Amino acid sequence: MTTLRQSLGGNVRQFGIVGALFVIVLLFQVLTDGKLLLSNNVASLIQQNAYVMILAIGMVIVIIAGHIDLSVGSLVAFVGGATALLMKEAGVPWLLAVLLGVALGALAGAWQGFWVAYIGIPAFIVTLGGWLAFRGAAILLVGVTVAGFEPGFVAISNGSVTNALGYVANRDVVTLLLGGLTIAALVASQLRARRSRRKHDLQVEPLTATVVKLGLFSVLVGYFAWVLAGSRGGTPIVLLIVGVLIVVYSFVMNRTVFGRNVYAMGGNLLAAILSGVNTKRMNFWIFVNIGALAGIAGVVTTSKAGAATANAGTMYELDAIAACFIGGTAVTGGIGKVSGVIVGALIMGVLNMGLSIMRVDPAWQSVVKGLVLILAVAFDLINKRRAGTR
Amino acid sequence: MPDIPQPPAYEHAPGPTRPPAPAPVLQMRSITKTFPGVVALDDVTIEVRPGEIHAICGENGAGKSTLMKVLSGVYPHGSYEGEISFEGEPCEFRGIRDSEHRGIVIIHQELALSPYLSIAENIFLGNERSRRGVIDWGETNAQAARLLAQVGLTEPPDTRVYDIGVGKQQLVEIAKALAKDVKLLILDEPTAALNDEDSAHLLDLIRALRDRGITSIIISHKLNELISIADRVTVLRDGQTITTIDNAPAAPASEEDLIRAMVGRSMDHRFPERTPNVGDEALRIEDWTVHHPIQHDRVVVADANLTVRRGEVVGIAGLMGAGRTELAMSVFGRSYGSAITGRLYKHGVEVQLHSVREAIAAGIAYATEDRKRYGLNLIDDIKRNVTASALSKVSRWGVMDASGEALIAGRYRTEMNIKAPSVDVVVGTLSGGNQQKVVLSKWVFSDPDVLLLDEPTRGIDVGAKYEIYTIINRLADAGKAIVMISSELPELIGMCDRIYAISQGRVTGEVARADATQESLMRYMTMNSDSDKGVTR
Repeated sequence: MTTLRQSLGGNVRQFGIVGALFVIVLLFQVLTDGKLLLSNNVASLIQQNAYVMILAIGMVIVIIAGHIDLSVGSLVAFVGGATALLMKEAGVPWLLAVLLGVALGALAGAWQGFWVAYIGIPAFIVTLGGWLAFRGAAILLVGVTVAGFEPGFVAISNGSVTNALGYVANRDVVTLLLGGLTIAALVASQLRARRSRRKHDLQVEPLTATVVKLGLFSVLVGYFAWVLAGSRGGTPIVLLIVGVLIVVYSFVMNRTVFGRNVYAMGGNLLAAILSGVNTKRMNFWIFVNIGALAGIAGVVTTSKAGAATANAGTMYELDAIAACFIGGTAVTGGIGKVSGVIVGALIMGVLNMGLSIMRVDPAWQSVVKGLVLILAVAFDLINKRRAGTR
Repeated sequence: MPDIPQPPAYEHAPGPTRPPAPAPVLQMRSITKTFPGVVALDDVTIEVRPGEIHAICGENGAGKSTLMKVLSGVYPHGSYEGEISFEGEPCEFRGIRDSEHRGIVIIHQELALSPYLSIAENIFLGNERSRRGVIDWGETNAQAARLLAQVGLTEPPDTRVYDIGVGKQQLVEIAKALAKDVKLLILDEPTAALNDEDSAHLLDLIRALRDRGITSIIISHKLNELISIADRVTVLRDGQTITTIDNAPAAPASEEDLIRAMVGRSMDHRFPERTPNVGDEALRIEDWTVHHPIQHDRVVVADANLTVRRGEVVGIAGLMGAGRTELAMSVFGRSYGSAITGRLYKHGVEVQLHSVREAIAAGIAYATEDRKRYGLNLIDDIKRNVTASALSKVSRWGVMDASGEALIAGRYRTEMNIKAPSVDVVVGTLSGGNQQKVVLSKWVFSDPDVLLLDEPTRGIDVGAKYEIYTIINRLADAGKAIVMISSELPELIGMCDRIYAISQGRVTGEVARADATQESLMRYMTMNSDSDKGVTR
């Protein structure tokens, strides 16, 4: 019993945030008379918030390492504009233009990473500069608006995975299959981890705890897939992009030397240096990475709008930062999880959607989101203090 | 001693040693101060006569700084036992403001000036010359200029403190004390960071202040300096007053007397037995010179020569600020210092180590003296701390082997006897001794040939110390070369095969275990390499 509580207690913060998301979803489900979880609303929730999740994945790495990036919103507009011009003016095929756009984002990240890592300018200042400069560059590139793209490009954020397998009970089979595959992968990975630990004679959490956890997640994923399968198109293409990024970056942060070094730098920079971590190179690549992710977010945003505009991405950096902190990332660095910030982004997204369905004035929406941000971090701090006095 | 002390009359005549001795201006009686698990001061009594320069000396950790913090109210009344009276009145200071109000001003070893404010602003910081909250700049600068003249500074009062040298900053601190109508000036290691010329100037100034009736207490490690300036010297050891020695110009105290009083302690620690099995040379440094990382003209380590062999435990003895840590860190991939010159040999082959990575790769490990600041990621768990300096050993193609890592950490938990239920425990929640075992595990895991251990037993209890000693012996038996830096002389004598003593950045002596005594080491550790200049007798 104590081990069960320990294995759950270690994740209490993560569970706390998931619980908060759950409560908020239920609350709006009631307040909107069940409209929130309508299939088409769930699909557009994903499509509308994909950019926050993509940016938040990059941002959480930056924040764990002890930095901040204020430039990503401007970078979204800059990359979006450049990609649009490549397609419209230079006639570059859309897929190549997308890849060039992501590369441009990485290049912009390298520019900022250079100043942070090798010159030693605080990231706040470098990216504040980027916030101004990339916005200006976007305006110079785009003017006001560039529109009229190939359908393939527009589909990135608006299209769905082709319904190749027909319908069962009016639900898209491809979506149901993807949901099933996700559940299977989850179960398999958990069982493999257990087996590996047992093989090495390491302590294994009680089977009941694993079963309860897996059961809960399976029900959630299954329900989500079921709802989504009833939407107009089925699985949004952008959900696949976000899904792949979540899996890849969870792996990077949990299982690779790179991820380990990010946590080490944020936890105690001096100790990391004296343990032989090449902190300069790490800082450089952390910014290259968030630049590339901002590039993807730029493509997604431009595709969603069907046009590149000079003021695209305004305040996106703040959405991403808020998602990180709601998702349990420590302001001082060293603590944070990809899964946490995804939940943080979803909380923000559900708030947006729920309040919009209720036709709440955008000004009031802003007030509510601000309060939720503060409450989430307060919850986190109080939790931590209680843990500290244990 | 009469029970009711008379208010003292200030002695303006220069000889405070005239019999009969005047009533003390300051009395600290039976001061006892405990921290959790440690008695820092144990029934300390000290009397300071009006208008004298009273020196306090003792080993690191003898209780000098704690005593001064009690006196100045940093540790408020009620947090210690005993009585303090100043000018015949009892003192119950609740903070540093209370003691300053009575004219007791302490100048700390690390200067407490605000670098980007002007000299004048610093002098009157917290004590501003103002009228209804508005600062009177004319008055501020005029008064500051007068005070600066008294300490022999000619800089304009509006000069930024950042722009003047450390020696002059020390004088600004004294001017600041004068602005508070100081009666008793406490100086904690005032010359530690100064060159000879600045030191001599400062000591002259303290003498001049004495002639104006200002009493001083000076803490210093430099014994020849103390003997040149003090009227009396009180020696502390292990939190107790050992003796107070008169030091009249006609009959000066001898350094031997002071050293004997400072170290005269029985070997009360016990050390595990080890039969040394010394092999080939593992590490040698030659003419190793290190400069301060910011003050590039300040030499921190000068022409050091040092050798350590396989299976050997070599000690480095030195007082605070002697350059021990700086020496070790500069060897560890130049993680300290600037303009480092000299040669470094690993197994007889000269190597160039420009970064910590290169040092680790070359088989050198450095376990820091400050494990919380430099050694551990306190918010992360044991297993991740243990593997932090050698991730390549638990990963392939950059991907961590999570089970392997847990397995390795578990092995070290057993081997080093880290007291924690599992390796998933956050390191910040462990006791000091167990944290130190995590630090050692981390560096042993990096599989070095040479381990530089900086104060490996600082701040941990006796039982854990014995365990650390056992681990060190085991490492030496396994053929590692160990360099052990310590402030505790009995520990060095009990553990090391050879001991180097360093003083003011220079290796001043090398003693084999058989010949090592606390007295001989302390003699080398307090040796002033420039004793022929700067300090006047």
